[in-house]
Amino acid sequence: MLTSGLVLGLSISKFNGGDALFQLAMFIILLFLLKKYAFGPLMGIMTQREEHVASEINAAEASRLEASKYLEEQRELLKQSRVEATQLIENAKQQGETQREDIIIQARTEAERLKESAKREIVQEKEKAVVALREQVASLSVLIASKVIEKELSEADQEKLINHYIQEAGEER
Amino acid sequence: MNHGAPTQDFLGLTFNLSNVLMITVASVIVFIIATLGSRKLAMKPTGMQNFMEWVMDFIKNMINSSMDWKTGGRFQLLGMTLIMYLFVSNMLGLPFAITYDHVLWWKSPTADPVVTLTLAVLVLSLAHYYGIQMKGFKGYLKAYKNPMTLIEEFSNTLTLGLRLYGNIFAGEVLLGLLAGTLAMSGIWGALGAVIPTLVWQGYSIFVGAIQSFIFVTLTMVYLSHKVSSDH
Repeated sequence: MLTSGLVLGLSISKFNGGDALFQLAMFIILLFLLKKYAFGPLMGIMTQREEHVASEINAAEASRLEASKYLEEQRELLKQSRVEATQLIENAKQQGETQREDIIIQARTEAERLKESAKREIVQEKEKAVVALREQVASLSVLIASKVIEKELSEADQEKLINHYIQEAGEER
Repeated sequence: MNHGAPTQDFLGLTFNLSNVLMITVASVIVFIIATLGSRKLAMKPTGMQNFMEWVMDFIKNMINSSMDWKTGGRFQLLGMTLIMYLFVSNMLGLPFAITYDHVLWWKSPTADPVVTLTLAVLVLSLAHYYGIQMKGFKGYLKAYKNPMTLIEEFSNTLTLGLRLYGNIFAGEVLLGLLAGTLAMSGIWGALGAVIPTLVWQGYSIFVGAIQSFIFVTLTMVYLSHKVSSDH
């Protein structure tokens, strides 16, 4: 009974074409209003965010590439400086070696020179001493001679005397 | 239960004033929700903006599943408006129905076949329009080499509108029977009507959501049939 009443209630109503027009108009108005005041700005901000994210990703990618480039550069520099350092140490070692050699050679020549000069001095001193001895011997001879003349020494005594003095002189040296 | 409709003739057209009222109410609610959702737009979304963006992505996925985004992007606005309007319309008839002087005023606007068929015709007209615009008149006519397509067009329009109408109207009829008739039939009837009414209201929310989803999905499918060139 109820259902038939419902169906009847529907069937007796006329075709409401005005509703169709009203619905159409309202929907189109709603569409444009929403586009203008709600979804348009929303879509705008969504695309803006998309672009922002994309640009951020690009920037991150670029900075990552740059960082890796710098890292490579730094690594290269480090390697280079390491090589340089070893080279420097090697150089210093070599230099030290040559310096050592030089110093030794110098010391050796110095020593040689000193020895030479000492020898020379010795020889000179000796010569000087001999000269002095000779002078002394001469003066002694003169003295002896004068004494002999005074005492009339025998030849043997004289020789003995001379030898004695020479020996004395030799011991003093 | 035998409610009449507040019809009024104006300029040779018949207006159902309750439909006019409910269409306006639904449109205003949708507009308010959408405007609130996009009032304070920020790059970092908060609150309602999150919800609106979720709906946006939802529609975007729907469109993407039936056509590529390059051609389908222009229908996003249509899809957004349709799904929000239909969902709100379907929900309007659930909490109560208002009758005044044996005339039904408050109901879902989608519980009227004229309203739903209007939307269906609008969608299909748009499909034809974009079909001609994008593929040219010759490309558009190619689809009609098989005359069965003509019938398909007709039935598509009819089923798209009537499916929605049938679901919502049936829901409202059952709600009316439960709340309006069974609950009025005495104390035991009122007690017995509580649980089925609750269950049916919950189910109707589900049906309303699903029907609006289906309507928009089919809209996108029909549009893609007309628009995409591989068809």
